[in-house]
Amino acid sequence: MKQFFSFVKKEFLHILRDRQTLLILLGMPIALIMIFGFALTTEVKNAKFAVLDFSKDVATKELTSELDASRYFDLVAEIHDYKEIETLFHQGKASIVIVFPPSFYSDLQHLNTAPIQIIADASDPNVATTLTAYATTIIMDYQKRLTLNRKLPYAIQTEVRMLYNPQLKGSFSFVPGVISMILMLVCTMMTAITIVREKEIGTMEVLLVSPVQPIKIILAKAVPYLLISIVNIISILIISVFVLDVPIKGSLVLLLSESILFTITCLSFGLLISTATNSQQMAMFISLTGMFLPTVMLSGFMFPIENMPWILQVISNIFPARWFYQIVRAVMIKGLPLSSVWKETLILCGMTVLLLIASLKNFKIRLA
Amino acid sequence: MESRQFKLNKMVAATELIKTYGKKNEILAVDKVSFSVDKGEIFGLIGPDGAGKTSIFRMLTTLLLPDGGNATVNGFDVVKDYKQIRNAVGYMPGKFSLYQDMSVEENLNFFATIFHTTIKENYDLIKDIYVQIEPFKERRAGKLSGGMKQKLALCCALIHRPVVLFLDEPTTGVDAVSRKEFWEILQRLKHQGITILVSTPYMDEAALCDRVALMQEGRLLSVGTPGSIINTFQHKVLAVKAARMFPLLHDLLDWNEVEVAYSFGEYHHAVMKDGYNEDALRLYLLQKDHQQLQLKSTEPNIEDCFMQLMQN
Amino acid sequence: MTQEKIITADKLTKRFGNFTAVDAISFDVYKGEIFGFLGANGAGKTTAMRMLCGLSIPTSGKAQVAGFDVYKQTEKIKRNIGYMSQKFSLYEDLTIKENIRFYAGVYGKSDVFIKEKTEYLLKQLHLENEANKLVGSLPLGWKQKLAFSVAIFHEPRIVFLDEPTGGVDPVTRREFWNMIYAAAESGITVFVTTHYMDEAEYCNRVTIMVDGRIEALDTPSNLKQTYNAATMNEVFLQLARKANRTADQLE
Repeated sequence: MKQFFSFVKKEFLHILRDRQTLLILLGMPIALIMIFGFALTTEVKNAKFAVLDFSKDVATKELTSELDASRYFDLVAEIHDYKEIETLFHQGKASIVIVFPPSFYSDLQHLNTAPIQIIADASDPNVATTLTAYATTIIMDYQKRLTLNRKLPYAIQTEVRMLYNPQLKGSFSFVPGVISMILMLVCTMMTAITIVREKEIGTMEVLLVSPVQPIKIILAKAVPYLLISIVNIISILIISVFVLDVPIKGSLVLLLSESILFTITCLSFGLLISTATNSQQMAMFISLTGMFLPTVMLSGFMFPIENMPWILQVISNIFPARWFYQIVRAVMIKGLPLSSVWKETLILCGMTVLLLIASLKNFKIRLA
Repeated sequence: MESRQFKLNKMVAATELIKTYGKKNEILAVDKVSFSVDKGEIFGLIGPDGAGKTSIFRMLTTLLLPDGGNATVNGFDVVKDYKQIRNAVGYMPGKFSLYQDMSVEENLNFFATIFHTTIKENYDLIKDIYVQIEPFKERRAGKLSGGMKQKLALCCALIHRPVVLFLDEPTTGVDAVSRKEFWEILQRLKHQGITILVSTPYMDEAALCDRVALMQEGRLLSVGTPGSIINTFQHKVLAVKAARMFPLLHDLLDWNEVEVAYSFGEYHHAVMKDGYNEDALRLYLLQKDHQQLQLKSTEPNIEDCFMQLMQN
Repeated sequence: MTQEKIITADKLTKRFGNFTAVDAISFDVYKGEIFGFLGANGAGKTTAMRMLCGLSIPTSGKAQVAGFDVYKQTEKIKRNIGYMSQKFSLYEDLTIKENIRFYAGVYGKSDVFIKEKTEYLLKQLHLENEANKLVGSLPLGWKQKLAFSVAIFHEPRIVFLDEPTGGVDPVTRREFWNMIYAAAESGITVFVTTHYMDEAEYCNRVTIMVDGRIEALDTPSNLKQTYNAATMNEVFLQLARKANRTADQLE
């Protein structure tokens, strides 16, 4: 046991003395969450819009000022002809045009239906999608306030992503995503690297020719990163709650437990990678392109899984982050209890056990 | 085949060891090498890069499986009983295998704990070495000079009082003064009963060993005490020197009573064929206008032997 | 050996913060000399060499290599020197011909020159049949000899050799030195560092660095007389031993 503690102590020393890496390990999560929370919001504000109003009645005027009053839109022009739309878009003077047909209000009153055309500059499809969604929402709100039962046709289908985020706040989706990313980076990559580093500098040879059991080497390497990860999770959560106003609706204990489980999963993955290569560069490469990138793409964090082709949806099941992301969203943002996420939790546990067994089996007690 | 009894009496016994590398096993790194080491000996594995020294060490320390042959260390088989061997040997691999960002003291403590012991327990063994690095005990290992790193690595390998010490090229890349000191340390260790296997590319270090094995490209050229190897050297050697050494070498090589000639620093060594005429050679060289000519008989050294064995 | 100076150094110094790696060294190297540069690890050899190769700008002092200033004309220096070390070698996964072509091309040699000289080189080294073999498949000793030939392929005025014979078998070592002699005879100045003290004897003049300073600079025979030593090894031990006690404290 003393042997094991000596080992763990050594690992801590390595980490603490590498100031640069330590800074990255502890500072990066904070930086990332801040960046995602504030800067990288997919919210669009003060988008320039124009109105092509063929009715010029009380409804169109109200709707126009409603759009203008919202923080999302700023009215920049009232045009009188369809031809002017292209000019506006070409010159970048507006990103979206709302077209009201003639006799808009009277059609609403007498026919219970009236169309509105939303024409968006889709050269940036993301912005276009967002703006049409905003506009649609505002129009829907307006429609609700009119007591008559009216249906408004949708010009463009609402962006699915927005549905995850009813208040259209960017930061909600990012917090679980950032937690996953950080844990993957810290646990998987750093663990893999630290073991492979021993092989590269030659100390692994010396450790092998000693009474130390391989499992102790592995565990001793994992322990410090487990602790660092817990620190990171806590700092991310603190920032999310107090700075970004993302609430933790569900049980904090459950959230932390699941996070620790995921941490161990990532650690196991890192261990497995380390048994597969002898070079730090390769370890980093495998971690990043083999694990991290596909995880970011396929876990549902950046792009909804439901929108992906069937084959990718199947593949996404392999990545632990996919399950973890669902768990965090469920617990943190939707406030669900363990009973709702037991299936995902079980899957994570299973993956962890598999990875650990594979790592141990693969660990080479000889050099070749 | 050597008997099991024989093997048990030896600290290390290697029999027809083979090691190959490559997908189709095309690289023969160790080619049927056999030798044995007695308890308390300093045994040198002498040879240039590519001789197979590191591969042999790794097989003996159980880090690599032999592709042929077998070996025992302290009576234990390197394949079946690897755990016992790993508990009992000290190993210093080629690269300085210390933790660069840990201090001298921390490194030593760590390795002591790994071997379930403490620095105090075996301090007497490392004391002579440790006092040389003790003033720097708080310093990070990465910031030590080459000679100091070498001494620290040796302490870490000794800290558990191993029965046999495997040192893989400990003096490579280290300056001449540290090299000399290192060998003095090894001599003292030998007197404390530790068997030591050292590998080195430096031929002159062979003379500091009890017995040596000369190796080249995976093959054993010769095994024995330095003296016995030199005794097997067939020919007479002349040490020749003149004002202009490079042309002198050419002229020696042209003389047909000279088997082969090599530069040896200050002198050239001319290996003479049997029945050579020294005066005739001297006359020939003087006629070639070599100034300050000196010619004398000399004992061949290990390097002479190595080169002759290489060429065969 | 003419009196033309290929290297002149005057109080050349390199400091890293408070640490003075090279402390005001002054020396000259003449054309066609084999100049041995010895010293313990940490004595400042590598730093000094890097300055002379145009890889590192000195902190103070003056030096010229092949007529070019080490402060302002480092690119010209690099173009006019050759370099080889134990660590630097040829690309193992390229053939002999490809390696030569690459390095010669780096130094701007014409295709005609490359073609003719390659043939000549291969003949000299008896490697005609191996021209299209991967360097990685050659025995070690051949690699070193080849690396040296490639280092002087572009006919530089001076070639820097950093422990070129480390780990090489004794026969190859001597063959290597024969090549060094031949290069020197053809007018290429050779600046070599080594840990083998017998090789120090092969040099025309030797300098020994201790703690960043030049403690000795003379022919091997003069040095042995001065220090009352039978071999260069003894000379070196006498000088280096003084330093060993201070080197660690400097760090």
